[in-house]
Amino acid sequence: MSFFARFAQNRGALIGLIILLLIIVMAILAPLLFPESPWRMVQRPFLPPLSQEGFLLGTDTMGRNVAAGLMHGAWVSLLIGLVSTSVALLIGVPLGAIAGYYGGLVDDFLMRFTEFFQTIPNFALAIVLVAIMQPSITSIVLAIALVSWPPVARLVRAEFMSLRHREYVEAARLVGQTNSTIILRQILPNTLSPIIVLASLMVATAILLESALSFLGLGDPNVMSWGYMIGAARTVIRQAWWLSFFPGVAILLTVLALNLVGEGLDDALNPKLSRER
Amino acid sequence: MKTPLALAISAAAFAFSSAALAGDPQSGGTVNTIVQPEPPGLVLGMVQNAPTRTVAGNIYEGLLRYTTDLEPMPQLAKSWEVSDDGRTYTFHLREDVTWHDGEPFTADDVVFSADVFHRELNPSARAVLQHVENIEATDDYTVVFTLNKPFGPFLISFEAGTFTMVPEHLYAGTDFRNNEHNDHPIGTGPFKFANWERGTVIELVKNDDYYEDGLPYLDGVNWHIIPDGGSRAVAFENGTIDVLPSGTVENFDIPRLSAMDNVCMTEEGHEYFSPFAMLWMNNREGPTADKRFRQAVMYAMDREFAKDVLWNGLGNVPLSAFGSNARFQNDDLEPYDYNPDRARELLAEMDYDGEEITILPLPYGETWTRWAEAVQQNLREVGINVETQASDVGGWNQRLGDWDYDLAFTYLFQYGDPALGISRTYLSDNIAKGSPWNNVEGYENERVDELFNAAATAFPDEKREALYHEVQEILHEDVPVGWLMELGFPTLYRCNVQDLVTSGVGVNDGFKDAWLER
Repeated sequence: MSFFARFAQNRGALIGLIILLLIIVMAILAPLLFPESPWRMVQRPFLPPLSQEGFLLGTDTMGRNVAAGLMHGAWVSLLIGLVSTSVALLIGVPLGAIAGYYGGLVDDFLMRFTEFFQTIPNFALAIVLVAIMQPSITSIVLAIALVSWPPVARLVRAEFMSLRHREYVEAARLVGQTNSTIILRQILPNTLSPIIVLASLMVATAILLESALSFLGLGDPNVMSWGYMIGAARTVIRQAWWLSFFPGVAILLTVLALNLVGEGLDDALNPKLSRER
Repeated sequence: MKTPLALAISAAAFAFSSAALAGDPQSGGTVNTIVQPEPPGLVLGMVQNAPTRTVAGNIYEGLLRYTTDLEPMPQLAKSWEVSDDGRTYTFHLREDVTWHDGEPFTADDVVFSADVFHRELNPSARAVLQHVENIEATDDYTVVFTLNKPFGPFLISFEAGTFTMVPEHLYAGTDFRNNEHNDHPIGTGPFKFANWERGTVIELVKNDDYYEDGLPYLDGVNWHIIPDGGSRAVAFENGTIDVLPSGTVENFDIPRLSAMDNVCMTEEGHEYFSPFAMLWMNNREGPTADKRFRQAVMYAMDREFAKDVLWNGLGNVPLSAFGSNARFQNDDLEPYDYNPDRARELLAEMDYDGEEITILPLPYGETWTRWAEAVQQNLREVGINVETQASDVGGWNQRLGDWDYDLAFTYLFQYGDPALGISRTYLSDNIAKGSPWNNVEGYENERVDELFNAAATAFPDEKREALYHEVQEILHEDVPVGWLMELGFPTLYRCNVQDLVTSGVGVNDGFKDAWLER
């Protein structure tokens, strides 16, 4: 059975993938459909959805087009989710690999270091980091990456520990391969599937984190993101429900889609599991 | 549909309420209101924060009080005289005033407050006192201030928040900041301090020995401390709170709250402060150092839009450096109306190369954030490359104090007279690193210095007016800062709270006259 066929067996995963693709298309089309800045005040403030042609989702507190903000926000959210996850992987995978492969003191040291990050609540640490570094896209991506790499490190470490005494690793050691070759070429490829699954869920978490930061006013003030839209709409939620509703739904769908896709990947990448179904 | 009975009842109610309106104020009742944020202390003069003034202005008093037109009214001084040369001010005090602890209030208290207490502790009173050569009690109830030169705004400086009378018998010879009475303020005002539960409520009770007959009408005023803006709005909606002093709820809530039944709103009561929102523009470096760039910024901003959308149409778009509540406004100037094309022309004329500038919003809540977004968008539309920097209050103070900004939002009080509230923004000897409240923009113009200094000490007012008109022409052309808006700070209250705002400082001393219609 092909990889995709196995993935598609999970109906939820397929739906998730479709939603995700739609959001990606939204992000790509945003500059084409709404070439003007989403910050532009284009109409009367507080237009309800569908009340005026060209303003499908209405306008916000300042007369900015909600639909434009939503489309441009998709781009920001996806970008932040993907980049911060990549950065987190770049930190977590090597640390976990080294700790799991060498064991002993190295492992002890690296795991204590990891625990140091794990003991501080994720969100609190992210707030502190962004506040110190000044809110900007870069600082937000960095902060999210810095709070989300420890689970990766722990996962990779566990995989490495269980794989490092397998026969093929022993064989590689016997033919004289260096440690780095063994880590990169022998063990790492075999740990990829759980990492991919975890990464897809991390993208979802990162999007949520960014939204929460923006909601608190710690977003990049030059970027229209979904979290910002909800945060700005919070004060007027009783007058204008649609301002927080649509970006809220967008975040919900994206995170849901990513979770479904993650689950589908898990099924597809784990032959044992898919056969049981 | 109204039944005849209901009609009869409402007619009766109407008759009753109009009778009550026409009739005498009723005594009794306690009013619940808000102080936001919680003040650091309640001893006026020692602490200058707005929340301190709001609460303590009902405990302490000054020699004078001011109408909403900023005309002086008698308070602790029952009358006063000004000499013909404008240098000697004689105040005749009331003889029936006692402190909350029963001691009589005399001229010695005035001399102590002005000459010792405020000279040591109070920077805004000091700015006035530097013009005072001598303060003398000629008898128990007469005080004479002798000035070294005439000082136009002298008579407007005696408001309680700026020039509080403090009790000599409790403070003389002590370490003011560690005085045991700081926790239990003793004033002469209509209300006495009763209790302060930190983080919850400050309770004031009626001063039964108050010197004005029958006043105050209320039994007490409770100042609740509710840190979250949404919760404050809800507390007002559900009736826990009767009065929302200006600035205690987000602007976005005001239309909803003011539309409720039995809710009244007034824009009066902030004339003394006349908060003036401005855009600092760094005159030292970058594109903002060019006069044409600063003019372009003025033309690029749609200030009427900001007023209508962000401030619910309240307030006023100023013509120039002097607000409409300021004395000596020159209204012959050409307004900087919204004109993006003119802005683009000016930018082209100066060969603006698209250099990136930053804008620093005021970290005082959602309205200010939205405002910065609107201005940023306005500027981008005329081709100015501008990015917003986010910061907290500490960061904002530091950036401005270090002159590390291009454009930054702020607002300043005008204090009723240009020499008190306006000249400080433009005088070159008021340039000093480290404070966000002086001449932060770094504007230097000898002629402006001369005119402001001459106008402060000119006598009588006609001479001052001519000087101030000229200085406004220069400032209007140079645009040292952006003049955004004179803020309308409405006070919301249940309509049965009567006579709440009777002075130019609003609820800061307004509970003296207030009464509950029942």
